[in-house]
Amino acid sequence: MSQPIRVLVAKPGLDGHDRGAKIIARALRDAGMEVIYTGLRQTPEMIVSAALQEDVQVIGLSILSGAHNAIVPRLMQLLREKEMTGVMVILGGIIPDEDAVRLKQQGVAAVFQPGSSLEEIVHFIRERAGQPSGQTAT
Amino acid sequence: MTHTTISGTAVEPFYTAESLPGFKLGKAGEFPYTRGIHPGMYRDRLWTMRQFSGFATPEETNQRYRYLLEQGQTGLSVAFDLPTLMGYDADHALAEGEVGKCGAPVSSLADVEALFDGIPLDKVTVSMTINSPASVIWAMFLVAAEKQGADWSKISGTLQNDILKEYIAQKEYIFPPRPSMRLVTDTIEFATKHVPRFNPISISGYHIREAGSTALQELAFTLRDGLEYVDWAIERGLKIDEFAPRLSFFFNSHSDFFEEIAKFRAARKLWATIMRERYGAQDERSLRLRFHAQTAGCSLTWQQPANNIVRTALQAMAAVLGGTQSLHTNSLDEAYALPSEHAATIALRTQQVIAYESGVTNEVDPLGGSYFVERLTLDMEEGAQNYIRQIDEMGGMIAAIERGFPQSEIAGASYRYQCEVEAGERVIVGVNGFVSQQAEPPIEILQIAQTAREAQCAKLAKLRVERDSARVGRSLTALRRACEGRENTMPPLIEAVRAYATLGEICDALREVFGTYREQSIL
Repeated sequence: MSQPIRVLVAKPGLDGHDRGAKIIARALRDAGMEVIYTGLRQTPEMIVSAALQEDVQVIGLSILSGAHNAIVPRLMQLLREKEMTGVMVILGGIIPDEDAVRLKQQGVAAVFQPGSSLEEIVHFIRERAGQPSGQTAT
Repeated sequence: MTHTTISGTAVEPFYTAESLPGFKLGKAGEFPYTRGIHPGMYRDRLWTMRQFSGFATPEETNQRYRYLLEQGQTGLSVAFDLPTLMGYDADHALAEGEVGKCGAPVSSLADVEALFDGIPLDKVTVSMTINSPASVIWAMFLVAAEKQGADWSKISGTLQNDILKEYIAQKEYIFPPRPSMRLVTDTIEFATKHVPRFNPISISGYHIREAGSTALQELAFTLRDGLEYVDWAIERGLKIDEFAPRLSFFFNSHSDFFEEIAKFRAARKLWATIMRERYGAQDERSLRLRFHAQTAGCSLTWQQPANNIVRTALQAMAAVLGGTQSLHTNSLDEAYALPSEHAATIALRTQQVIAYESGVTNEVDPLGGSYFVERLTLDMEEGAQNYIRQIDEMGGMIAAIERGFPQSEIAGASYRYQCEVEAGERVIVGVNGFVSQQAEPPIEILQIAQTAREAQCAKLAKLRVERDSARVGRSLTALRRACEGRENTMPPLIEAVRAYATLGEICDALREVFGTYREQSIL
């Protein structure tokens, strides 16, 4: 029997809109994953530290405030510094297409824009968890 | 197959007089105001067209306000950015990447002066969506208005200032509940004595609904929050009829057309009844629930954004048929960015078409007497009374929040709804039905430049040099002392604001005395 995938669902920055993050956390749990929800107003440092402590394979970020271009690159940088590039980072929220493209180039594995289905997200994580960020499954 | 409203309430194929045994319906403008708070409603005066707006810098926001007023908007509504909402200046470390992204940045009185430059605050009413630092921002508003020559006894406007719903839904809390309630009560007391035409609070359901609640939960939790504020004001020594006339409300106008109309009617009936029976209010103005409505942001889609114009129009119509006093209509680009000028204009025109072309304003409560709407209204009233009783039994709303009750109700409703969508039981056009095979054509969205933060930081640097630091220091000391004691915090806040103490400095002083709040997350 395989170990359940461990996922950290995080709300970075000042944004307090947590409806989506909470639904994702619950859906991933229902899908058999072990989910740690960080709660609100986490800095990139706090998220990376929690990810390390909880030994997760996936970090899911929820950002609806428009602050993703400042927050996400810093988080990706911290993961590199801590040699945690094996952790897959996925992002959801209000992320314009052009920003999504750029963030994926910086190592974000997927950007789920509004209207993404829970099934799609669960499937993506199952397929890709354990693969290093930004690399496709072989 | 059971047909239900979007909130999951089962509805019959049709209703008859038998659905309403012993039913009596009063008149608009008469207790319990189910049909409307005024006898003539929109025949006498249209609802205020009050579009929520703010972005980038106070100066750019000022330009958008002037544009919207030129286009026929009849009241202003200020959106603040996240650092401001959370009591941080634009140059705070936590403001990185956030300045001007969700609203206008306000770090001091100077920013408020810029926000309303050329806009006469004694002629235009302003609503401010601010909660934890509401009393600070209100102090800035009052001083800015005074500097324009306005008279506090005459100016009107609204402060959202509804901290309970922050713990429940919007999550922009700073301090713990009890000190926060003290701050709210201070504003209600100050308004009653010095700014009597101002609405010091806008008791809100909008955010509760956006967090995923049902219509019934939105109604019940909002009204019960209201009762908590009433209890605190009475505890302070105010008489019900002194302050209740200026309590105002803010509801969501969501997609299920008739359910929303019933919700608004039930809200009026319940509030009037409770004010009279529970609190002995005598003044009619204490009994009349006045509300602002906003169409449901959470219902708007990223896919096929033009469809959002239709959704907003239907939701706006529901708010009008429900008798709202004030209305904001969302823009088609809701799922993408803050409203572009083009999208914001269409949203305003939506209200104007309803007001001037649809004919619904000729009649007061035109759906009154509909078997369906009256049955839904009665059921909504009963359901809300049950929730209110439950929360009373828990010891009130603060107690209910501390045990996570409204939060878990909302989380449950929100997850249930999402599962319905996932299973295809709820169709969202363009998202899980009638999906486009081609890629979405790009729409022009509002971009917020990083220079907004730089501009704000430069202003702050200049302000810190030019102001009288000694006066600032003294004012913050006096403020801290007031917070530790029992005097009303508004006068020391006003003095600190006059001295150009910044929002962050003032909130840090409040944080020192009151502490900060961290929630227990409920999934």
